[in-house]
Amino acid sequence: MNKYFLELNKVTKTFGRRLVFKDINFTLESGKVYGLSGPNGSGKSTLAKIIAKIISTTTGKVIHRLNGEEIISEKLHDHLGFVSPYLVLYDEFSAQENLYHFAKIRGIDFDADYVKHLFEEFDLYDRRLDLMKGYSSGMKQRIKFIFALQHSPELLILDEPTSNLDQKGKEKVYQIIKEQAKDNLVIIASNEENDLALCDQIIQITEYKNINSK
Amino acid sequence: MKAVSVFKKDWESELRTRYAINALAMFILVTISVILFSIGSEKISEYLTGGLLWVVIFFSAMSGLSRAFVSEEDRGTTLTLQLIAKPSTIFSGKLIFNLLLVFLMNIAITFLFFILFESFVIKNFALFATAFLFGNIGIAVSSTMIAAIISKASSKGTLYPVLSFPILLPLILTLLELTKFAIDGNSLEESFVEIAVLICYDVIMLSAAYMLFDFIWKE
Repeated sequence: MNKYFLELNKVTKTFGRRLVFKDINFTLESGKVYGLSGPNGSGKSTLAKIIAKIISTTTGKVIHRLNGEEIISEKLHDHLGFVSPYLVLYDEFSAQENLYHFAKIRGIDFDADYVKHLFEEFDLYDRRLDLMKGYSSGMKQRIKFIFALQHSPELLILDEPTSNLDQKGKEKVYQIIKEQAKDNLVIIASNEENDLALCDQIIQITEYKNINSK
Repeated sequence: MKAVSVFKKDWESELRTRYAINALAMFILVTISVILFSIGSEKISEYLTGGLLWVVIFFSAMSGLSRAFVSEEDRGTTLTLQLIAKPSTIFSGKLIFNLLLVFLMNIAITFLFFILFESFVIKNFALFATAFLFGNIGIAVSSTMIAAIISKASSKGTLYPVLSFPILLPLILTLLELTKFAIDGNSLEESFVEIAVLICYDVIMLSAAYMLFDFIWKE
Protein backbone atom coordinates (compact mmCIF):
# COMPACT_ATOMS: atom_id res chain seq x y z
CA MET A 1 0.00 0.00 0.00
CA ASN A 2 1.31 3.45 -0.96
CA LYS A 3 1.73 6.03 1.78
CA TYR A 4 0.70 9.50 0.70
CA PHE A 5 1.49 12.50 2.87
CA LEU A 6 0.38 16.05 2.32
CA GLU A 7 1.83 18.87 4.36
CA LEU A 8 0.35 22.38 4.48
CA ASN A 9 3.05 24.59 5.89
CA LYS A 10 1.94 28.12 6.89
CA VAL A 11 -0.26 28.37 3.81
CA THR A 12 -1.58 31.90 3.30
CA LYS A 13 -3.59 33.24 0.38
CA THR A 14 -4.61 36.79 -0.42
CA PHE A 15 -6.38 38.15 -3.49
CA GLY A 16 -5.17 41.73 -3.77
CA ARG A 17 -5.71 43.15 -0.30
CA ARG A 18 -8.31 40.57 0.69
CA LEU A 19 -7.06 37.86 3.01
CA VAL A 20 -8.63 34.48 2.22
CA PHE A 21 -6.84 32.48 4.93
CA LYS A 22 -3.63 32.72 6.86
CA ASP A 23 -1.05 30.28 8.22
CA ILE A 24 -2.80 26.97 7.65
CA ASN A 25 -0.63 24.24 9.12
CA PHE A 26 -1.90 20.72 8.63
CA THR A 27 -0.62 17.26 7.83
CA LEU A 28 -2.81 14.83 5.94
CA GLU A 29 -2.13 11.16 5.19
CA SER A 30 -3.58 8.35 3.13
CA GLY A 31 -6.16 6.06 4.64
CA LYS A 32 -8.25 8.96 5.87
CA VAL A 33 -10.88 11.38 4.62
CA TYR A 34 -10.35 15.07 5.36
CA GLY A 35 -12.90 17.84 5.04
CA LEU A 36 -12.49 21.49 4.13
CA SER A 37 -15.43 23.35 5.56
CA GLY A 38 -16.63 26.94 5.79
CA PRO A 39 -19.39 29.20 4.53
CA ASN A 40 -19.70 30.31 0.90
CA GLY A 41 -16.73 32.44 -0.14
CA SER A 42 -14.60 31.28 2.78
CA GLY A 43 -11.92 29.82 0.50
CA LYS A 44 -12.64 26.07 0.42
CA SER A 45 -12.25 25.85 -3.36
CA THR A 46 -9.22 28.14 -3.23
CA LEU A 47 -7.53 25.83 -0.73
CA ALA A 48 -8.49 22.78 -2.83
CA LYS A 49 -6.88 24.43 -5.89
CA ILE A 50 -3.79 25.35 -3.87
CA ILE A 51 -3.44 21.74 -2.70
CA ALA A 52 -3.79 20.62 -6.34
CA LYS A 53 -1.16 23.28 -7.24
CA ILE A 54 -3.51 24.82 -9.79
CA ILE A 55 -3.00 28.17 -8.09
CA SER A 56 -0.07 29.23 -5.97
CA THR A 57 0.07 30.25 -2.32
CA THR A 58 0.81 33.85 -1.39
CA THR A 59 3.17 32.54 1.28
CA GLY A 60 3.75 29.09 2.69
CA LYS A 61 4.27 25.70 1.10
CA VAL A 62 2.29 22.65 0.07
CA ILE A 63 4.40 19.50 0.03
CA HIS A 64 3.20 16.20 -1.47
CA ARG A 65 5.05 13.00 -0.56
CA LEU A 66 4.51 9.48 -1.89
CA ASN A 67 6.30 6.77 0.09
CA GLY A 68 8.55 9.42 1.60
CA GLU A 69 9.62 10.97 -1.71
CA GLU A 70 8.50 14.47 -2.57
CA ILE A 71 6.37 14.79 -5.69
CA ILE A 72 7.41 17.74 -7.84
CA SER A 73 4.66 20.04 -9.16
CA GLU A 74 5.19 18.90 -12.76
CA LYS A 75 4.43 15.28 -11.81
CA LEU A 76 1.55 15.94 -9.43
CA HIS A 77 -1.13 15.39 -12.09
CA ASP A 78 -0.09 11.71 -12.28
CA HIS A 79 -1.11 11.23 -8.63
CA LEU A 80 -4.10 13.52 -8.39
CA GLY A 81 -7.80 13.05 -9.10
CA PHE A 82 -9.91 16.21 -8.97
CA VAL A 83 -13.67 16.72 -9.07
CA SER A 84 -15.33 20.12 -8.91
CA PRO A 85 -18.33 22.01 -10.28
CA TYR A 86 -16.03 24.30 -12.30
CA LEU A 87 -14.28 21.39 -14.03
CA VAL A 88 -15.44 21.24 -17.65
CA LEU A 89 -14.97 18.42 -20.15
CA TYR A 90 -15.10 18.76 -23.93
CA ASP A 91 -18.69 19.10 -25.17
CA GLU A 92 -17.81 18.17 -28.75
CA PHE A 93 -16.56 14.71 -27.69
CA SER A 94 -18.49 11.79 -26.26
CA ALA A 95 -17.80 10.76 -22.66
CA GLN A 96 -15.67 7.86 -23.86
CA GLU A 97 -13.74 10.03 -26.33
CA ASN A 98 -13.01 12.52 -23.54
CA LEU A 99 -11.60 9.75 -21.37
CA TYR A 100 -9.63 8.29 -24.29
CA HIS A 101 -7.97 11.65 -25.01
CA PHE A 102 -7.24 12.25 -21.32
CA ALA A 103 -5.57 8.84 -21.00
CA LYS A 104 -3.39 9.49 -24.05
CA ILE A 105 -2.42 12.99 -22.87
CA ARG A 106 -1.53 11.53 -19.45
CA GLY A 107 0.65 9.03 -21.27
CA ILE A 108 -1.19 5.97 -19.97
CA ASP A 109 -2.96 3.20 -21.85
CA PHE A 110 -6.70 3.57 -22.24
CA ASP A 111 -7.82 0.68 -20.02
CA ALA A 112 -11.14 -0.14 -21.69
CA ASP A 113 -12.12 -2.73 -19.04
CA TYR A 114 -11.51 -0.40 -16.11
CA VAL A 115 -13.29 2.49 -17.84
CA LYS A 116 -16.22 0.16 -18.61
CA HIS A 117 -16.32 -0.80 -14.93
CA LEU A 118 -16.36 2.91 -13.94
CA PHE A 119 -19.10 3.68 -16.47
CA GLU A 120 -21.19 0.88 -15.01
CA GLU A 121 -20.49 2.02 -11.44
CA PHE A 122 -21.80 5.47 -12.27
CA ASP A 123 -24.69 4.22 -14.37
CA LEU A 124 -23.44 5.84 -17.57
CA TYR A 125 -22.46 2.83 -19.67
CA ASP A 126 -25.42 3.13 -22.05
CA ARG A 127 -24.72 6.82 -22.60
CA ARG A 128 -20.92 6.56 -22.97
CA LEU A 129 -20.99 7.29 -26.71
CA ASP A 130 -23.28 10.34 -26.42
CA LEU A 131 -21.73 13.77 -26.91
CA MET A 132 -21.09 15.59 -23.63
CA LYS A 133 -23.23 18.52 -24.75
CA GLY A 134 -26.26 16.23 -24.44
CA TYR A 135 -25.46 15.33 -20.83
CA SER A 136 -27.47 16.67 -17.91
CA SER A 137 -25.63 18.43 -15.05
CA GLY A 138 -25.96 15.31 -12.90
CA MET A 139 -24.50 13.11 -15.63
CA LYS A 140 -21.65 15.58 -16.10
CA GLN A 141 -20.93 15.38 -12.38
CA ARG A 142 -20.76 11.57 -12.61
CA ILE A 143 -18.40 11.62 -15.58
CA LYS A 144 -16.10 13.92 -13.59
CA PHE A 145 -15.69 11.10 -11.06
CA ILE A 146 -14.70 8.71 -13.83
CA PHE A 147 -12.25 11.36 -15.07
CA ALA A 148 -10.79 11.64 -11.56
CA LEU A 149 -10.51 7.88 -10.99
CA GLN A 150 -9.40 6.81 -14.48
CA HIS A 151 -5.66 6.86 -13.65
CA SER A 152 -6.05 5.38 -10.11
CA PRO A 153 -4.65 8.41 -8.24
CA GLU A 154 -3.35 8.31 -4.66
CA LEU A 155 -4.85 11.72 -3.84
CA LEU A 156 -8.49 12.53 -4.51
CA ILE A 157 -9.70 16.12 -4.09
CA LEU A 158 -13.48 16.44 -4.24
CA ASP A 159 -14.84 19.97 -4.30
CA GLU A 160 -18.61 19.81 -3.64
CA PRO A 161 -18.70 16.16 -4.74
CA THR A 162 -22.45 15.67 -4.53
CA SER A 163 -23.60 18.86 -6.26
CA ASN A 164 -26.19 18.19 -8.99
CA LEU A 165 -26.47 14.51 -8.03
CA ASP A 166 -29.69 12.64 -7.22
CA GLN A 167 -29.94 10.43 -4.13
CA LYS A 168 -28.70 7.35 -5.98
CA GLY A 169 -25.74 9.30 -7.32
CA LYS A 170 -24.90 10.63 -3.86
CA GLU A 171 -24.94 7.14 -2.39
CA LYS A 172 -22.61 5.93 -5.14
CA VAL A 173 -20.24 8.83 -4.44
CA TYR A 174 -20.21 8.05 -0.70
CA GLN A 175 -19.46 4.42 -1.49
CA ILE A 176 -16.58 5.44 -3.80
CA ILE A 177 -15.18 7.79 -1.15
CA LYS A 178 -15.18 5.01 1.46
CA GLU A 179 -13.50 2.60 -0.96
CA GLN A 180 -10.88 5.16 -2.01
CA ALA A 181 -10.10 6.14 1.57
CA LYS A 182 -8.94 2.60 2.36
CA ASP A 183 -5.70 3.12 0.40
CA ASN A 184 -5.68 6.74 -0.68
CA LEU A 185 -5.95 10.24 0.68
CA VAL A 186 -9.35 11.83 0.11
CA ILE A 187 -10.09 15.53 0.65
CA ILE A 188 -13.65 16.83 0.49
CA ALA A 189 -14.44 20.55 0.25
CA SER A 190 -18.09 20.92 1.11
CA ASN A 191 -20.76 22.41 3.34
CA GLU A 192 -23.09 19.41 3.08
CA GLU A 193 -23.47 17.70 6.43
CA ASN A 194 -23.73 14.29 4.79
CA ASP A 195 -20.47 14.87 2.88
CA LEU A 196 -18.63 16.04 5.99
CA ALA A 197 -19.99 13.10 8.02
CA LEU A 198 -17.58 10.88 6.04
CA CYS A 199 -14.54 12.87 7.18
CA ASP A 200 -12.10 11.75 9.86
CA GLN A 201 -10.88 15.31 10.35
CA ILE A 202 -12.21 18.70 9.23
CA ILE A 203 -10.28 21.88 8.53
CA GLN A 204 -12.52 24.85 9.36
CA ILE A 205 -11.33 27.59 7.01
CA THR A 206 -12.95 30.32 9.13
CA GLU A 207 -10.49 29.55 11.93
CA TYR A 208 -7.70 30.77 9.66
CA LYS A 209 -9.40 34.00 8.62
CA ASN A 210 -8.46 36.26 11.48
CA ILE A 211 -4.88 37.51 11.25
CA ASN A 212 -4.49 37.36 15.02
CA SER A 213 -6.24 34.04 15.60
CA LYS A 214 -3.41 31.66 14.63
CA MET B 1 4.14 11.54 -27.44
CA LYS B 2 1.95 13.26 -24.82
CA ALA B 3 2.27 16.51 -26.78
CA VAL B 4 1.19 14.67 -29.93
CA SER B 5 -1.88 13.46 -27.99
CA VAL B 6 -2.71 17.07 -27.06
CA PHE B 7 -2.39 17.95 -30.75
CA LYS B 8 -4.62 15.02 -31.79
CA LYS B 9 -7.25 16.10 -29.26
CA ASP B 10 -7.12 19.68 -30.58
CA TRP B 11 -7.21 18.59 -34.20
CA GLU B 12 -10.24 16.34 -33.68
CA SER B 13 -11.90 19.12 -31.71
CA GLU B 14 -11.13 21.59 -34.52
CA LEU B 15 -12.60 19.29 -37.16
CA ARG B 16 -15.84 19.16 -35.16
CA THR B 17 -16.13 22.76 -34.02
CA ARG B 18 -14.29 24.59 -36.86
CA TYR B 19 -13.25 27.33 -34.44
CA ALA B 20 -10.07 28.33 -36.29
CA ILE B 21 -10.32 26.84 -39.79
CA ASN B 22 -13.49 28.73 -40.74
CA ALA B 23 -12.16 32.02 -39.36
CA LEU B 24 -8.91 31.60 -41.27
CA ALA B 25 -10.55 30.53 -44.55
CA MET B 26 -13.02 33.40 -44.50
CA PHE B 27 -10.34 35.93 -43.62
CA ILE B 28 -8.04 34.77 -46.44
CA LEU B 29 -10.87 34.87 -49.01
CA VAL B 30 -12.15 38.28 -47.93
CA THR B 31 -8.70 39.91 -47.71
CA ILE B 32 -7.48 38.66 -51.07
CA SER B 33 -10.80 39.64 -52.68
CA VAL B 34 -10.54 43.17 -51.26
CA ILE B 35 -6.97 43.50 -52.55
CA LEU B 36 -8.03 42.27 -56.00
CA PHE B 37 -10.98 44.68 -56.13
CA SER B 38 -8.88 47.64 -55.01
CA ILE B 39 -6.14 46.93 -57.56
CA GLY B 40 -8.61 46.53 -60.42
CA SER B 41 -6.79 46.63 -63.73
CA GLU B 42 -3.74 48.46 -62.28
CA LYS B 43 -0.36 46.81 -62.66
CA ILE B 44 1.36 46.63 -59.27
CA SER B 45 5.07 46.08 -58.70
CA GLU B 46 6.57 42.72 -57.77
CA TYR B 47 7.91 44.10 -54.48
CA LEU B 48 4.48 45.44 -53.49
CA THR B 49 2.89 42.02 -54.18
CA GLY B 50 5.55 40.39 -51.98
CA GLY B 51 4.76 42.89 -49.23
CA LEU B 52 1.01 42.29 -49.57
CA LEU B 53 1.59 38.55 -49.19
CA TRP B 54 3.10 39.00 -45.73
CA VAL B 55 0.45 41.56 -44.73
CA VAL B 56 -2.26 39.01 -45.54
CA ILE B 57 -0.31 36.28 -43.71
CA PHE B 58 0.17 38.47 -40.60
CA PHE B 59 -3.51 39.44 -40.28
CA SER B 60 -4.73 35.93 -41.12
CA ALA B 61 -2.54 34.60 -38.32
CA MET B 62 -4.07 37.21 -36.01
CA SER B 63 -7.58 36.08 -36.91
CA GLY B 64 -7.19 32.36 -36.25
CA LEU B 65 -4.14 31.33 -34.27
CA SER B 66 -5.27 32.65 -30.89
CA ARG B 67 -7.96 29.97 -30.82
CA ALA B 68 -5.50 27.36 -29.52
CA PHE B 69 -5.71 28.81 -26.03
CA VAL B 70 -8.68 31.18 -26.24
CA SER B 71 -11.08 28.33 -27.05
CA GLU B 72 -9.90 26.42 -23.95
CA GLU B 73 -10.40 29.51 -21.77
CA ASP B 74 -13.81 30.31 -23.33
CA ARG B 75 -15.06 26.76 -22.80
CA GLY B 76 -13.59 26.55 -19.30
CA THR B 77 -11.44 23.51 -20.12
CA THR B 78 -8.13 25.11 -19.09
CA LEU B 79 -8.43 23.56 -15.62
CA THR B 80 -8.99 20.13 -17.16
CA LEU B 81 -5.77 20.45 -19.15
CA GLN B 82 -3.88 21.65 -16.07
CA LEU B 83 -5.02 18.50 -14.28
CA ILE B 84 -3.80 16.04 -16.89
CA ALA B 85 -0.48 17.32 -18.21
CA LYS B 86 2.50 19.47 -17.35
CA PRO B 87 2.68 22.94 -18.91
CA SER B 88 5.43 22.13 -21.43
CA THR B 89 3.36 19.22 -22.80
CA ILE B 90 0.38 21.52 -23.31
CA PHE B 91 2.51 24.18 -24.99
CA SER B 92 4.15 21.61 -27.30
CA GLY B 93 0.75 20.19 -28.30
CA LYS B 94 -0.68 23.64 -29.01
CA LEU B 95 2.47 24.58 -30.93
CA ILE B 96 2.19 21.52 -33.19
CA PHE B 97 -1.46 22.45 -33.83
CA ASN B 98 -0.59 26.05 -34.70
CA LEU B 99 2.36 24.95 -36.86
CA LEU B 100 0.01 22.81 -38.93
CA LEU B 101 -2.54 25.64 -39.19
CA VAL B 102 0.14 28.20 -40.16
CA PHE B 103 1.59 25.96 -42.85
CA LEU B 104 -1.84 25.08 -44.29
CA MET B 105 -2.93 28.72 -44.17
CA ASN B 106 0.26 30.14 -45.69
CA ILE B 107 0.50 27.51 -48.42
CA ALA B 108 -3.09 28.40 -49.39
CA ILE B 109 -2.36 32.16 -49.34
CA THR B 110 0.87 31.79 -51.36
CA PHE B 111 -0.84 29.49 -53.86
CA LEU B 112 -3.65 32.04 -54.33
CA PHE B 113 -1.08 34.83 -54.80
CA PHE B 114 0.71 32.82 -57.49
CA ILE B 115 -2.59 32.24 -59.33
CA LEU B 116 -4.24 35.65 -58.88
CA PHE B 117 -1.34 38.13 -59.03
CA GLU B 118 0.59 38.23 -62.29
CA SER B 119 3.34 40.33 -60.73
CA PHE B 120 4.07 37.76 -58.01
CA VAL B 121 7.06 36.11 -59.69
CA ILE B 122 9.70 34.38 -57.58
CA LYS B 123 13.01 33.97 -59.39
CA ASN B 124 14.82 32.03 -56.62
CA PHE B 125 12.28 29.57 -55.30
CA ALA B 126 14.74 27.81 -52.95
CA LEU B 127 15.37 31.08 -51.11
CA PHE B 128 11.66 31.82 -50.89
CA ALA B 129 10.97 28.29 -49.60
CA THR B 130 13.68 28.66 -46.92
CA ALA B 131 12.26 32.01 -45.79
CA PHE B 132 8.74 30.54 -45.90
CA LEU B 133 9.78 27.55 -43.73
CA PHE B 134 11.56 29.47 -40.98
CA GLY B 135 9.08 32.37 -41.18
CA ASN B 136 6.15 30.04 -40.60
CA ILE B 137 7.88 28.45 -37.62
CA GLY B 138 8.51 31.91 -36.16
CA ILE B 139 4.90 32.99 -36.69
CA ALA B 140 3.57 29.78 -35.10
CA VAL B 141 5.86 29.96 -32.03
CA SER B 142 5.19 33.67 -31.37
CA SER B 143 1.45 33.38 -32.00
CA THR B 144 1.10 30.38 -29.68
CA MET B 145 2.97 32.15 -26.91
CA ILE B 146 0.95 35.37 -27.29
CA ALA B 147 -2.29 33.38 -27.49
CA ALA B 148 -1.49 31.85 -24.09
CA ILE B 149 -0.94 35.33 -22.62
CA ILE B 150 -4.06 36.97 -24.05
CA SER B 151 -6.35 34.03 -23.29
CA LYS B 152 -6.36 35.18 -19.64
CA ALA B 153 -7.29 38.78 -20.57
CA SER B 154 -10.81 40.16 -20.93
CA SER B 155 -10.33 42.01 -24.27
CA LYS B 156 -8.74 39.14 -26.16
CA GLY B 157 -9.71 40.23 -29.71
CA THR B 158 -8.02 43.63 -29.49
CA LEU B 159 -5.04 42.57 -27.45
CA TYR B 160 -3.86 39.81 -29.78
CA PRO B 161 -2.82 41.90 -32.81
CA VAL B 162 -1.63 44.76 -30.57
CA LEU B 163 0.66 42.48 -28.55
CA SER B 164 1.71 40.48 -31.62
CA PHE B 165 2.76 43.47 -33.73
CA PRO B 166 5.97 44.43 -31.85
CA ILE B 167 6.90 40.79 -31.33
CA LEU B 168 6.35 39.77 -34.95
CA LEU B 169 7.73 43.00 -36.48
CA PRO B 170 11.40 41.86 -36.69
CA LEU B 171 10.24 38.59 -38.23
CA ILE B 172 7.95 40.24 -40.79
CA LEU B 173 10.63 42.81 -41.77
CA THR B 174 13.18 40.04 -42.33
CA LEU B 175 10.67 38.03 -44.34
CA LEU B 176 9.87 41.07 -46.49
CA GLU B 177 13.56 41.50 -47.20
CA LEU B 178 14.03 37.83 -48.07
CA THR B 179 10.95 37.83 -50.32
CA LYS B 180 12.43 40.84 -52.14
CA PHE B 181 15.71 38.94 -52.58
CA ALA B 182 13.82 35.88 -53.86
CA ILE B 183 11.93 38.08 -56.36
CA ASP B 184 15.26 39.58 -57.51
CA GLY B 185 16.76 36.11 -57.88
CA ASN B 186 19.51 36.55 -55.25
CA SER B 187 21.31 33.38 -54.18
CA LEU B 188 21.03 31.71 -50.75
CA GLU B 189 24.64 32.71 -49.98
CA GLU B 190 23.87 36.39 -50.63
CA SER B 191 20.94 36.21 -48.23
CA PHE B 192 22.82 34.38 -45.47
CA VAL B 193 22.56 37.20 -42.89
CA GLU B 194 18.77 37.50 -43.20
CA ILE B 195 18.32 33.72 -43.03
CA ALA B 196 20.56 33.63 -39.92
CA VAL B 197 18.43 36.38 -38.33
CA LEU B 198 15.30 34.34 -39.10
CA ILE B 199 16.72 31.17 -37.52
CA CYS B 200 17.96 33.13 -34.47
CA TYR B 201 14.49 34.66 -34.05
CA ASP B 202 12.91 31.20 -34.09
CA VAL B 203 15.38 29.81 -31.55
CA ILE B 204 15.03 32.82 -29.21
CA MET B 205 11.23 32.77 -29.34
CA LEU B 206 11.09 29.01 -28.81
CA SER B 207 13.45 29.19 -25.81
CA ALA B 208 11.59 32.16 -24.30
CA ALA B 209 8.25 30.43 -24.82
CA TYR B 210 9.29 27.26 -22.98
CA MET B 211 10.92 29.26 -20.18
CA LEU B 212 7.93 31.57 -19.64
CA PHE B 213 5.01 29.26 -20.30
CA ASP B 214 4.88 27.85 -16.75
CA PHE B 215 4.25 31.35 -15.39
CA ILE B 216 1.64 32.17 -18.03
CA TRP B 217 -0.21 28.87 -17.72
CA LYS B 218 -0.59 28.83 -13.96
CA GLU B 219 -2.75 31.57 -12.44
